[in-house]
Formats: sequence, structure tokens, C-alpha cells
Amino acid sequence: METAPRPGRNVPPKKDKLQAKRKKPRRYWEEETAPTSAGASPGPPLKKKRNGEVRLQKPKNTRSSKKSRISKKPQVPKKPRERKKPEPQRSLSGAQDPFPGPAPVPVEVARKFCRIDKSIKLPRSKSKTRSKLEVAEAEEEETSVKAARSELLLAEEPGFLEGEDGEDTAKIRQADIVEAVDIASAAKHFDLNLRQFGPYRLNYSRTGRHLALGGRRGHVAALDWVTKKLMCEINVMEAVQDIRFLHSEVLLAVAQNRWLHIYDNQGIELHCVRRCDRVTRLEFLPYHFLLATASETGFLTYLDVSVGKIVAALNARAGRLSVMAQNPYNAVIHLGHSNGTVSLWSPAVKEPLAKILCHRGGVRAIAVDSTGTYMATSGLDHQLKIFDLRGTFQPLSARTLPQGAGHLAFSQRGLLAAGMGDVINIWAGQGKASSPSLEQAYLTHRLSGHVHGLQFCPFEDVLGVGHSGGITSMLVPGAAEPNFDALESNPYRSQKQRQEWEVKALLEKVPAELICLDPRALAEVDVISLEQEKKERIERLGYDPEAKVPFQPKPKQKGRSSTASLVKRKRKVMDKEHRDQVRQSIEQQQQQQQQKQKQEKAKPKGSRPSALDRFVR
Amino acid sequence: MKAIRAAEGLLTLSQQDELVDLPNYPLSASEDEGDSDGERKHEKLLEAINSLDGKNRYKLAERSEASLKVSEFNVSSEGSGEKLILADLLEPVKTSSSLATVKKQLNRVKSKKTLELPLNKEEVERARTPLEHEIFNLLHKNKQPVTDPLLTPMEKASLKAMSLEEAKMRRAELQRARALQSYYEARARREKKIKSKKYHKIVKKGKAKKALKEFEQLRNINPTAALEELEKIEKARMMERMSLKHQNSGKWAKSKAIMAKYDLEARQAMQEQLAKNKELTQKLQVVSESEEEGNTEEEETLVPDVVNEVQMDANGPNPWMLRSCNPDAKEEEKPMDSEHLPEPVAHQFSESEEDERPVAEEETLLKEFEERRALRKRSEFSQDAEPMGSRETQDSSSQEVLSEVRALAQRLNKGNLQSRKQRVTSTGTVLQVQREEPAPEEEEPLLLQRPERVQTLEKLEKLGKEECSQKKELPRPILQREWTERNPNNQPDASKGKKKEQMINLQNLLTTKTPSVKSLEVPTIEELEDEEAKVQKQMIKEAFAGDDVIRDFLKEKREAVEANKPKDVDLTLPGWGEWGGLGLKPSAKKRRRFLIKAPEGPPRKDKNLPNVIINEKRNIHAAAHQVRVLPYPFTHHQQFERTIQTPIGSTWNTQRAFQKLTTPKVVTKPGHIIKPIKAEDVGYRSSSRSDISVIQSNQKRLSGHHKKQLKKSSTD
Repeated sequence: METAPRPGRNVPPKKDKLQAKRKKPRRYWEEETAPTSAGASPGPPLKKKRNGEVRLQKPKNTRSSKKSRISKKPQVPKKPRERKKPEPQRSLSGAQDPFPGPAPVPVEVARKFCRIDKSIKLPRSKSKTRSKLEVAEAEEEETSVKAARSELLLAEEPGFLEGEDGEDTAKIRQADIVEAVDIASAAKHFDLNLRQFGPYRLNYSRTGRHLALGGRRGHVAALDWVTKKLMCEINVMEAVQDIRFLHSEVLLAVAQNRWLHIYDNQGIELHCVRRCDRVTRLEFLPYHFLLATASETGFLTYLDVSVGKIVAALNARAGRLSVMAQNPYNAVIHLGHSNGTVSLWSPAVKEPLAKILCHRGGVRAIAVDSTGTYMATSGLDHQLKIFDLRGTFQPLSARTLPQGAGHLAFSQRGLLAAGMGDVINIWAGQGKASSPSLEQAYLTHRLSGHVHGLQFCPFEDVLGVGHSGGITSMLVPGAAEPNFDALESNPYRSQKQRQEWEVKALLEKVPAELICLDPRALAEVDVISLEQEKKERIERLGYDPEAKVPFQPKPKQKGRSSTASLVKRKRKVMDKEHRDQVRQSIEQQQQQQQQKQKQEKAKPKGSRPSALDRFVR
Repeated sequence: MKAIRAAEGLLTLSQQDELVDLPNYPLSASEDEGDSDGERKHEKLLEAINSLDGKNRYKLAERSEASLKVSEFNVSSEGSGEKLILADLLEPVKTSSSLATVKKQLNRVKSKKTLELPLNKEEVERARTPLEHEIFNLLHKNKQPVTDPLLTPMEKASLKAMSLEEAKMRRAELQRARALQSYYEARARREKKIKSKKYHKIVKKGKAKKALKEFEQLRNINPTAALEELEKIEKARMMERMSLKHQNSGKWAKSKAIMAKYDLEARQAMQEQLAKNKELTQKLQVVSESEEEGNTEEEETLVPDVVNEVQMDANGPNPWMLRSCNPDAKEEEKPMDSEHLPEPVAHQFSESEEDERPVAEEETLLKEFEERRALRKRSEFSQDAEPMGSRETQDSSSQEVLSEVRALAQRLNKGNLQSRKQRVTSTGTVLQVQREEPAPEEEEPLLLQRPERVQTLEKLEKLGKEECSQKKELPRPILQREWTERNPNNQPDASKGKKKEQMINLQNLLTTKTPSVKSLEVPTIEELEDEEAKVQKQMIKEAFAGDDVIRDFLKEKREAVEANKPKDVDLTLPGWGEWGGLGLKPSAKKRRRFLIKAPEGPPRKDKNLPNVIINEKRNIHAAAHQVRVLPYPFTHHQQFERTIQTPIGSTWNTQRAFQKLTTPKVVTKPGHIIKPIKAEDVGYRSSSRSDISVIQSNQKRLSGHHKKQLKKSSTD
């Protein structure tokens, strides 16, 4: 589902942050870095070996003025404030308002929130319709301006990692980062040595506050990973395939050897869903309250956790299902198969919505980014590919890895992490909405064991990796969205708030059948049934009530209403209509020609046509 | 003459009528019959007339013999047939002599006529002058009528000689002729009114053909007349040249010229007109001398005798010219070879003939063109059949090429032309011999070409063009062949082209684009060496996960596309209207007739995406949540969609925007009392009055505060 950041609605957590900001604790390293950055003197007395600049999103309070070398992200050029009225109003006190009127909003920012597709040309409309359309457009503009203005409240900025000239950020190790960042951030990097219970799967709750981990050999634990407070720890005495939080951190779904079990945050088993057996992967769709399970038997089962019913059990007909990912944009489930295809599923349709041939060998891992634009897949052919999901499903970039990636994960801001053996590679794109470029790795990290689970923590610059040696929490600057919607998922919420949110979320539950490839299509008129109804109506009435009435000339006096003149008048109108049609078609043709000419003109400028062009396919 | 004849006919008819009425009378009543006889006849006639009535009248006794005793009581006018005249009765039996002289004088005066001018014919008849004598003599000699100019005695005799039946027949004939004439006229009028151009075209062609035939016959019979016809054609040509007709300059042509840009028919019509003009203005030329010289010897042998005769007869014009009018060899030779010419029929060229002439010529020209085209086609065909020959000829000079190709073509088509050849050979056996020899191959085509011999400069040019075109055509197929040889999968794979492209695309998709392996994760490989078993497993997997993936996917896609295509409905009933049973299939024609083809659906979304199968099925469950009725002011769904594109919910909007978007149109303040509706609000008066009266009665008891409230409520 689309989410527009709505800051400043829920105050308390923000306040916490703000308070934290206000304190501005001096970091032990701040003074040290300051001279180096300011003077750029050679041979600084540093504990740090690296000069790479590290910024995590959380320590916003670090003053950038001190770190002059830290290049800030280019800010959106805001329009110079225009004074709408040349003579400022005088208030009662006699003081002048230096910035009268509403604050101006940059057009680019406002455009981000516009949803009306103005590229579609509407058919000619009546004045009444036109006025309605104008009202709709005005409303859109107003709301978009308001949203853009409230962007001011998104105070947090994403962190980043930037190397010195010619320095590869991938060579910066976790230890360096941990050294560079503040204590709070540094505390987010930790390793759990759990060698006893085999490779671990892990899952962060939606708020990013809680972490659940399930070891292959039955170890299940849930903890508040920020405070490191353990909520529960049990051994289910069974192989654990996958683990996942449900809508809140209270409920926990564990795919065990035979069946799917649901535990609460105290480790009490609430349910044993026997209809979901031999589950290999779990995926939770938060807005639909659906738990999607992929099983060894080849079934994709949707379980509605709000009512405890199985919504749909779809047979993928592709053997064992062990690769699954969800598209957070449209809640479509992506399944990877051994024949190199990725199939897209919705509980409302028995067949896959789409099938994409991605790899020559089987698909090993899939990940979809938070905007639903890109899908990363890796296959047995050692390839890592990024596909465009917006209709075309074509690969945008691909690269071969020495050993194919077994696990993939997208962060909120579009960073791609791939686990290959015991190595983690992270790629970053240019901006938030761009696909990660696979040429240069952003970060790499070596683990103590083979990767078994990967997930970026929401709202934290942290990547959680489950491996055969336990759990590793990596720091990845710039991975997560710095600003959170407190009504949506509030990491700092209290129990009461959580309960309230639960009720609201349940009330706003989206029906499962609305899952489709293009969720915006739901805001369109169902043209097929519209036409059908129209046809039926015409059949019932025996005529088309909306058909254009043929022109009937008015009767005239004094013998001017002779048959001949009537016919003549009719003829006139008909001819006029015909002429209009012809004119329109001619104009269209001309436009097309012009476009063609433009294209032709645009083409040859780049390169001279060569004789070999004819062989180009 | 006609008028006279008609008059004669009429005369005879009137006589016949008399005859019909009086059948008993001998036709020729001589003048020397006695009076008594006449009287008797007269009586009989009266009798007959009386009997016509049909009533039996009282018949008076008939006096059979003359009796001198005539009693006064027995006097009656009847029987005698003479009317009684009063004067006769009053007259004395014997007339007095005293008045006799006076009477005589009076009678004489009466009888004497006044002299009329001009003199009576009787008087004229008498020849007075010697000239008149002579004339009368002459007239008498030739038995010409002197007094009555209408009928000569001969004619009279002939009239008398005509029997009744003959007369009847003649009359019937005339009647029929008249009826036919009227029919013909009506038909002509009707045909004139027909607007169908095609019909007129056909009629014209038919007429032209007929005229041509007639002209041929005329030429055979009467060459001089034919020459005259030719002159007429020439004259028409001259007229055409002088006039501006058929030059696309008329009103009609101008109107067509406007339309010609868009209308194919109009363009054709204009071109036709121009072509007609060309044909009409085209001079029937003598072939250039050199060629004529070359050909004449051959022609002497080749040309049938009849043509030569014509040439001799029409000593003026050239025989070629004659032939040019009618160069259709087949038609020409038919009457010549069959030897028995059609019976000489007097040929009268009507005035319409003149109009038909040019048409005829046009047709002949058309025929020529057609023949030539056919010939060319045949030659082309031969080229196709013998590509080797055509290749060889490519090297040689163009003239040779042309001739050889033609010869080849004609040799190939010998079988087809057998009949024609036979006709030709019947005229001259020498040719047959020549044909057997390989050397005079040049002549044979000449002979065969004769029907399309060059007659005008223009045609010569055309011929040249033909050669050029043939020259051009020759290398083309070879080029094509070379092309196809060069890339053999070009044409045969045209149908599969797309699929192949898909394959290629897929291959491209699935192969790496950036084979840059150098990066930081080198250590992984070292690490992996620890678990060789796993690596091996993967190796095996990779080995087996082969290219089949692509083929399987393509197959799957094809199946999906096929399954999603709308299917045709076959309504054929086997055994319906024909034999049925095991192993019998309904005929293809029937199947075609009863097959309802499904309409072509919209193009698939994954049409151009080889690596994707997109499900085209509609999500019915989701569609149930969609809007399916357009609200009022909207006429198109796109308009309405635009108004619902901006989300209203608080999830997507800021709080203020959400509030503004969802404000109700009417806002009621909290705590405001809304009174229940009263009858008077609706408009009923009767009940309201009573209420008011009640209020009024209670008014005294109400305090001032309450009054205020009441006022408020009433104003509200």
C-alpha cells in the first residue's frame, strides 16, 4: 500500500526523539574528528584508521558544521520566498510580518503527491462535468500542497557512508563503522553466537523494534533487540523452517517441521494450523492480515489471521516451494521455481498473475523493494538480476556473482543485500527511487557462518543476518527510512497505543480479493460490466437511451418548412458534422507526422547512419 | 414512294371492303348490262339491306310480271322502289304543249353550266395544240392515265388481279410491321433511358463487333465501299484532332479532375478519355520504309491472297493501312480459310454506323493490347520455366536477349498455338517447311507477332519500352535468388521470424550482460572449498538446469495464449443434408459456412515480452468492488476516474487536508435542537390553524420568556 509520510500526528514518540536531540550529548570522538575535518591536516592523531565518513541516521544531533568534509546531500533547491504583497500588513502591534501569506511550496515537492494522471487526454465533456473535474483537480492541488508543506516536519535525514577520494566504501569494515558512530548506534551492532541450534532465520517486527529468531534445530526466541530484552525463548523440539511476526510483536508464526504453529510473545503456543503443513517459507501481508505460506507440497496457502480462516490454497504446480517474497506495494506474493521462473500470486486468482522467466537455472532468492518497482532475483546460474515490475518485467541490470546469492533483501530505502555463502554484499542506488547499481558494492561483510536469513530492520540502519553461527546485526548507514509514521508503525509505542492501533488496523483491513498487480486499477471504473449493463439495458428498452438523437429541424412558418428545405437543413447539419470529423482526423494525422518527424530528427543526431545498420536487430 | 404505296394500300383496302359487303356481285361489272338487269339487282340489294336488320318484316307481294292494268286503289310506291312524288300526281297525264317550249328553254338554261376556269378536264383532254397531241399520243402509248393520275391502267389491272386472301395477308403483314415498328421504337426509347454504363459498354462493344464483321464482309465483297468507310474514319480522326473533345478540358473532365485525387474511378475515367483521344487522333501510319522493305518479301508469301486482292482493288491506299483497321488475325483468317464466303447480302450502313466506327477501332486496339500482354506473360512464364536460358542471355546484347527469349517462349507455347498455326499453314505450305528448320526461328516469331505488328511510331516506342522492361525483369529474379542464397533463413523463416526473435531475446535476457567478476567477495570461494560436496551438488543442478528452461517456457506461453484465445464456434451438423456415418466428414464448404469465427480480442499485454506470461483473466472478486455505474454528469469513465484518483483517507493525507476533504456539506452545531417536522411546514393550513388557536389560547399563560421562544420557533 502506498504510504505518504505523515509526520507530526502522534506527538509523544517524536518528543522523545526531540528530547534526545535537545540533550545533544557530546560524543567522545566528536572533538577528535573536528580538527581533522577542519584543518585536513596530514597525519591526524586518530584512533580510526579510516577517514571514511560514516553517518547513521540516528545520530542526527552530530553537528555537521564540525564535520565540514561531510558533504551534505544536495538539498532540494527551494524557491526564494516571494513576497506576495509588496506592502506588508501591519499588525496591531505595528510590527510587520516579514513573510506574509502562506509559505510557498516548491513545485517538485508538491508534484510528488499528485496522483491525477494528466497525461491521459479526456474526451470532451459538458460544462457540468468540467466543473466537477476542476473541483477534483483543485482539491488534489490543495492536498498535495499541504502534504508538501508538511514535509518540513520530516526532520530526520538518512545516514550515509561516503569514502574519501578514490576510497571504496566496500572496504570499510563494520568495526570501523562501529567505531565511528555514536554509542547508541554502535550498540545496534552485535553478534549472537548461537552455534548450537544451527542456522537461524530471523524476522523483525513491522515497527522494527522486535526481533524473532528461529534456529533450524528448534530454537525459537523473540526479543526487543534495541534494549536486548528477551521476551521469550523456547525450543519447539522440531525443525524450524521459518519464523515471522504477525501484525504485531505479540504473535509469532513458526513454520515447523510438520505444521504451522502460532505462539504469543511469552512463548505460549496459541494455534497449530494443521492445514498448513510442511511449510518452508512464511510471509505476512500486514494490511490484509494474511499469512502466506509456501509448502514443500507445492501449495501456496493464505491464512487470514484476523479470523483464522484459510482464504485460499493455490497449487503452484511447480514442485517444492522454497523461495518466496512479498511485494509490499501491492501485496502480491512472488514465488521462485526450480525452472527459473518467478510467478506472481494473488489469493483471488487460481493461476499466477504473471510468470517471468528470470534464470536459466532455478531461482534461489527473490526480493522486492518497498516501492514495488524493482525485484531482485538470483539463480543457480550465479546471476543476480534486477527486474522492473512496472508492467514490463524486463531485467534492468544483471551481474554474475562468483557464487550465486542464496538470500536477498531490500531495505526501505532501496539498498540491496545479498548473502553469498558467508559473505554479505550490499549495493546502493543513486537515490531512493532508483534501482541499486550492481557495479560497485556499497558494503561487504564476512560472517562466521553461512547466511540463512537476511532482513533489513525497518526504521533502523541495521541489517539482521541469520547464519549458521547465530545472528549478526550489521550497521548499514542509509538503509532505512529515517522518518516513521507513528500512526502506521510506531517503534516507540506503548501497549495502549498498540492495542488502539490494532483495532484501527483491523477496521481498515483490506479484503484479500483486492490483491492485484496494479492496486490503482481498483480506482478505475469497471468498464466491462459497465458496457455489459448498458447493452442489457438497451436490449431491455429496445433502444439506446443515451444515443445521440438525430438532428430534427424545427418546423418553420410561411412555407419554409417544405420537405425540400427540411432535407436541406438536415443535410447541412450532417455535412457539418462530417466536416468536423474530417478536420479532426486530418489534425491527428498531422500531429502524428510531426511526431514522426521529430523522432526522425532526434535519431540521427547521435550517430551517423552506417551501412551496417541494416543488420542490427 | 412510301406514301404512294400506302395510298395504294388504302385504296385496295377500301375496295376490299366493298367486296366484303357485297359478296354476290361479280367484281367486274361491265357497262353494257341492261337496265332491267340493273333494276332487278337493285331490288335484290334492297332486300339484302332489309334482311340485315334481322327482323322479319312484312314482305309485300312482288310484281313478277308487268301488267298494264293499274287500279287507282292499288297504287303504291312500294315494289317499284320509286318514291311517289307529289308533282307527278298533280301533273296531267298529258303535258300541254303551250308551256312546253318555255319549259324546254328553262331546262336548257338549267342544264347549261356556267363556264368554269380553269377549264374542265374534259375540255382539257381535247388536244388542241400539236404539242398537246404529241403528249397525249405519248401518254396513250404508255397507257398512262390521262385524266385520273392516281392509278395507271396497269395498276388497276394488278389491283383487280389481287385476290382477297392476298389482300388479307398483305394487310396482316403491314399490321405486323407497324406493331414491330412500334415495339422497336418503345424498346429503343427504353434502352436509351438505361443509365447503366456497363450495359452501354456491352452494347457498344457488340455493335462494334457487328460493324467490324460487316466491314470485313464489305471489304470482301466491295472493297471500294470499304475504302469509303476508311475515309470516313480518317475524317472522324481529323474532326477529333480539330476539336477539343476527349482532352480533359470539358466541364465533366474538370469536375473529374477535382475528384481524381481521391477517387480511383474518376482517375480511370480521365485516363480512359485521354486514351480515347489518343486513339482517335492517332494516324494510321505506314510502317517506316526500312522495315517495310525488310518485310515485304516475306509478306508477299505470308499475306493471304485476299489481302492482296484488296490491295489491288483499292489501288490508292496502302494494304497495311487496310489491315491496320482490322488486324485481328484470328478473325481475319477465318473467312479466308473457310473459303466459302458468306452469301452476298446487300449491306446498308446506317447513319449509326459512323458512330460505331471509332468504337470498333478502339476495340481492335484493345484486343491487340491484350494479345500482346498475353504474349509477354507467356514469355515471362517461359523465363521462369527456363532460368538457365535466361541467365545465359544475360550476357548477350539486349536485342538478342529479347529475340531469343521470345523465340523460346513461342517454342514453349507451340502446343497452345497449334490451331492458329494450322490455319496459317493452310494458306502457305512453304511456311510449314520453314518452321521445321531451326534456322528461321526469327521468322516464326515474326509470323506469330504479325497480329501485333508495329503500326505507329507510338507503338514502336512502346515496344522499345517493353524491351527495356524485359531487360530489367531479367536480372531481377536472379538477384532475388542470389539474395535468398546469401541468407537462406530470410524468407522461409519469415513466419517463424518472430518466434526466433523471441528466442534470441530470451537468450539475451538470460545471459549475462556484465561479466565483471572482479569484486571484493573473493574470499567466498576459498571459503566454499570447504564444502565441496555442496558445490558439486550445485554443479550437477546447474548442469541439468539447461536450455530446456527457455523452450519449456515458450511452450507454456504458447499454450497460455492458445487457451486464452476466443474460440470459434462450429455449428456443422454431420449428416445434415448429405450422407452421414462413420468416417464421413462434413464438407469443407459446409464447415466453412457454419463456422462462427470469434472476434479478435485486444492484444495481449505480454505480446512483446518474450519472457513473461501475464494472466489475462479478469479478477472477478476485485471487479465486484469497482464502480460499475457512471454517476450523473459524467459521460465517459475516464472523466469519473479522474475525480476519484485522489485518495481521501487519512492514510494518504495530512490531517487538515483529510478534514477538509471529508467535511459534510451541512454542518449542524452540537446541542442544536432540531424540531420534528410540522404539518404547516409541509403546507397544510387546516391543522396549523388549530395549533395556532391552541397557542393563542395558551398565550395568556405564557411568560415573556416563553413568548420569545415561541417567536423564535415560529420564525425558524
